Amino acid sequence: MSLTTESSTNFWLTRPFSERSTQIFLGVLVAALALVTLLHVAIPPENPLHIGAYTVNLFGKYLSYALLAVAVDLVWGYLGILSLGHGAFFAIGGYAMGMYLMRQIGDRGTYGHPVLPDFMVFLNWDSLPWFWQGFDMAWFAFAMVLLAPGLLALVFGFLAFRSRVTGVYLSIITQALTFALMLAFFRNEMGFGGNNGLTDFRELLGYNLRNNDTRLGLFIATGVALALGYILCRAIVTSKLGRVSIATRDAEARTRFLGYRVERFQLFVFVVSAMLAGLAGALYVPQVGIINPSEFSPIFSIEIVLWVALGGRATLYGAVIGAILVNYAKTFFTGVMPDAWLFALGAMFVLVTVFLPKGVAGLFRHIKRRKRDDNSAKPTAPKEASA
Amino acid sequence: MRRFLSLGLLCLLLLSITVTSQAQTSSTANADAAALELLEALNVKSYSAKGDAITAILQSDDERARDWLQALLDGRLQSTDDGRIVLVLDNSGREWPVADVLTGEALGQMSRRDLDRIGINNALRNQLRSAIAVVDLYSPNIERRRHSAERLLGEVDETLAEPLSELIAGEQDSQVVRRLSQALAIYQVESGELAGVEALRGSLHPRARVALSRAVNGDDPIVADAAASALGSIEQNLKINRGLETLYFGLSLGSVLVLAAIGLAITFGVMGVINMAHGELMMLGAYTTWGMQQLLPGQPGLALILAIPAGFMVAALAGIAIERGVIQFLKGRPLETLLATFGISLILQQLVRTVISPLNRTVITPEWMSGSLVINDALSLTLNRMVVLGFALVVFAALMLIMRRTRLGLDVRAVTQNRAMARSMGIRATRVDIMTFALGSGVAGLAGVALSQLTNVGPNLGQNYIIDSFMVVVFGGVGNLWGTLVAGLSLGIINQVLEPWAGAVLAKIIVLVFIILFIQKRPRGLFPQKGRAAEG
Amino acid sequence: MSLLQSLTQRDRVFDFMAPQDSPVDVRHGPILYMEDVTVSFDGFKAINNLNLTIDDGELRCIIGPNGAGKTTMMDIITGKTRPNSGSVWFGSRHNLLNMNEPDIASLGIGRKFQKPTVFEVLSVFENLELAMSADKRIFPTLTARMTGEIKDRIDEVLETIGLTALRHQPAGILSHGQKQWLEIGMLLMQRPRLLLVDEPVAGMTEQEMERTAELLTGLAGKQSVVVVEHDMGFVRSIARQVTVLHQGSVLAEGTMDQVSSDPKVIEVYLGADDDEAA
Repeated sequence: MSLTTESSTNFWLTRPFSERSTQIFLGVLVAALALVTLLHVAIPPENPLHIGAYTVNLFGKYLSYALLAVAVDLVWGYLGILSLGHGAFFAIGGYAMGMYLMRQIGDRGTYGHPVLPDFMVFLNWDSLPWFWQGFDMAWFAFAMVLLAPGLLALVFGFLAFRSRVTGVYLSIITQALTFALMLAFFRNEMGFGGNNGLTDFRELLGYNLRNNDTRLGLFIATGVALALGYILCRAIVTSKLGRVSIATRDAEARTRFLGYRVERFQLFVFVVSAMLAGLAGALYVPQVGIINPSEFSPIFSIEIVLWVALGGRATLYGAVIGAILVNYAKTFFTGVMPDAWLFALGAMFVLVTVFLPKGVAGLFRHIKRRKRDDNSAKPTAPKEASA
Repeated sequence: MRRFLSLGLLCLLLLSITVTSQAQTSSTANADAAALELLEALNVKSYSAKGDAITAILQSDDERARDWLQALLDGRLQSTDDGRIVLVLDNSGREWPVADVLTGEALGQMSRRDLDRIGINNALRNQLRSAIAVVDLYSPNIERRRHSAERLLGEVDETLAEPLSELIAGEQDSQVVRRLSQALAIYQVESGELAGVEALRGSLHPRARVALSRAVNGDDPIVADAAASALGSIEQNLKINRGLETLYFGLSLGSVLVLAAIGLAITFGVMGVINMAHGELMMLGAYTTWGMQQLLPGQPGLALILAIPAGFMVAALAGIAIERGVIQFLKGRPLETLLATFGISLILQQLVRTVISPLNRTVITPEWMSGSLVINDALSLTLNRMVVLGFALVVFAALMLIMRRTRLGLDVRAVTQNRAMARSMGIRATRVDIMTFALGSGVAGLAGVALSQLTNVGPNLGQNYIIDSFMVVVFGGVGNLWGTLVAGLSLGIINQVLEPWAGAVLAKIIVLVFIILFIQKRPRGLFPQKGRAAEG
Repeated sequence: MSLLQSLTQRDRVFDFMAPQDSPVDVRHGPILYMEDVTVSFDGFKAINNLNLTIDDGELRCIIGPNGAGKTTMMDIITGKTRPNSGSVWFGSRHNLLNMNEPDIASLGIGRKFQKPTVFEVLSVFENLELAMSADKRIFPTLTARMTGEIKDRIDEVLETIGLTALRHQPAGILSHGQKQWLEIGMLLMQRPRLLLVDEPVAGMTEQEMERTAELLTGLAGKQSVVVVEHDMGFVRSIARQVTVLHQGSVLAEGTMDQVSSDPKVIEVYLGADDDEAA
């Protein structure tokens, strides 16, 4: 990668395309999208190779989790910020999408109110709260998907990084943040449907969400979003800004002495990451058909970190692998032996941190390195900044 | 109205009871026959006839009258198929033990199908309660007299007023005197007497307040003014008491937070390690208490006391296992440690769910911890919270002693301040780590034992406290026990102060947001460590 | 693409928002001027009424026993520690006490730490690239390109510190001495006016020490250099002016010969503590 540093005089956003790892990643992703589409559309349902709508939906969910994992890896892997609250950004993005979908229901709800969603009628509200205004317009709602989590990250990050809250302290307060939001969203008075959240969605941009074609479309859209998010993150980490991030991760004080306003770089990357998480949440919600406060739960946020740890920190593609692996395992376990899932998850946390600190991606690279016996390869494993 | 009338009737009898009760040595056979007749009069359909029968029983001067009335009130006075009236001793289950209503002699068990309850309606129930109250005022048992005096508040009418004054004059117990005087004063206020208003000044009983606020709207302007002023001072007093109550609840919550956080503060301070399984170690302590009570059925108090060392040991051993099994391999990687210990917390929770039960277990509160300490009519402090508060302070003091006065404490402080230097001075940092982790985990176990007395014992017990404990540690400053104490208690109080006007959930959110903002201002907590050692 | 580029570079328009990059004013002589500076930690005075002046282009060595306040003095100059009282000026225009660390760094004060801290997973080349004086705001950094000019500059420094052959190696594999040079190289990339060098030869071999002496003396004249060092032999080999610190204030100042014959210095430092003077 040192070689690319010197030769990459090209434009920062296109830089990832000249990277071997990005080329492979995009190739695999496109192939997977095409294969699933083909097996879903072209193979008749009787054939065992056919992929049903349910499975397509499930894959779409995995892909949105993968995008979320990429967002977490960007801050944890490259900036050394272990956020235990990224679920909050994911959920806020999801709520923004959910609010749009709620408004699309119109007067077809149980109570048949032309404007108010069912739960507001149920609470005897007579008008839409101010923060629900505008969500009937797709462009506004989609902008909010990015802006709302971005704004929260901006305010929170500004306060935290300015006072140099780092390490485990930052982890703890991000956890407190998502916990506080969960408690808040559980309240009916907040106006987000309380306990039950938002559900019973009907259509997105005019497409019926229960329609199989819509599901396939959402799956592909999520795949494209993942590809774009991945490229954006890759572009950031291969830029000079990415190297400043790594420098910050490994020696924050030293980076500051070089004249970089570390807190601004942290804030920038944190906000980008939060927006990607919000996008992931927005793609997740129409595919699972519900958004409720449990997405804010601290446990979910820690689980995301496990995906990244399992896949391999500071690689981005490792995050994708980890998210898909862990969630596939979750689907499998909860179907076959639900009681064992938490044991498996707990064991994964312990085993990955103790025995596989570089994750699955680290294994790949280890094998590759042995094969090529290339002694000029650079160790990219992060060095843990001391707290 | 009916109640007042019957009470009035009763009062006429009061004097005669006192006069005749000593002289009652006449032939028991005669008395029994008369009594039986009285009791059988109860076994009729008409409620008004029953009321008359009750009055007759009261008039009978029989010393067993109170028990009969109580049994009637409890529905334990029942008639058999052949019309005999018996006393049911315990009306749970299918077979009930019964006793002879006159002699109290046990008659063995009877099926509940063969028994018929002598029914009463609400009016009769009230009549009975009042009757028992008045009868009780003459009981030699002080507790009974106090109880009955309490019940008279707001129930006095003109016929009762006079004998009441005499009772007050003859009463030895000051509590009974106070209650009876209040009862009398309420009657006086209700009948528009100024003396009553003055007597009620400062009384915090809700009945007194009701009487006074009625008097404020009364016809007599002098009485109304006096009542208004008395009411004002009472409100003032109530406000203070409410404040004290909030403070007490705040301290109680705070003591729980301190217990939960202090072990965390020790491990975090010394090893820089966040132990996410700390809450589950507390859970283990709570389950140890439950287990002890299962082992020693019928002795919840002893079990609880034994659970203190046992809970400490169980959690400490679990802590050592975690330290040796996982944390020692993650030296210098605090974030990874956080994740690994979180995994352990999931495993421990699921283990309890699988092995014991996903449902909450009941831990019995021993008698000496239940009930409350009554300060006055508006303020009573629950004993279990007080014991936990005391326990937290004792644990804190003990930890303080360990840190200040023992070799381990010295080593711990040395390692906290400068690990490398401590090592080079011959302190075996690894051993200190193990001991510290055991100590911190053991304290978590103690917290669990204490919590089992305040909250449900279930697999989620730890989870509910872990974030709060983090907040306390972060707020107080790492490696500073005083900081943890101050932070824990003040967060508890802040939470309780906010709760009345913000609601429990919003109060919690406000506290979290406050800490998130606080940490921006003072990233190292209330009591940060200073100098070179703190950086790096 | 070019449209996109011009869009992403639009932040350059906002130059007026950037802090005024006023040059350091050294017309009145000294580049660094510390007066009556006092710092105390919990009552302990680490710096006590310190007065120090460094001239432009000077190479100054600062010596003193442990706890004399050398590191704290560096901390004050770089903005890491705020003094309780006193004033610190850079040139005659910049009051350093009103500035934060990155501002002070971008003004042209570079610091090399006692313990070498290079970015271990980044290559030697990348370490120098990050240190280079450039627009260090976010978007310029994000869109930064590697031009021939920048490469030449890095190559030049690589040559100076003798690490050209190791340019693509991660800095983590460098030897201790090489890391110290890389640190100095990183300072040079910042084109500093004033270089603060903390114990540059601690733990170095004889050869490495000689090489370092050459490097530092070569720098003087172009930049002002302040070296804090324990090793008397090394100080003697490079120093023209020496300042002795003791208990947070200046005990003596002059050439190495003057200083080492000063009875006060001999008493508190050279005489009393032979092993340190070695």
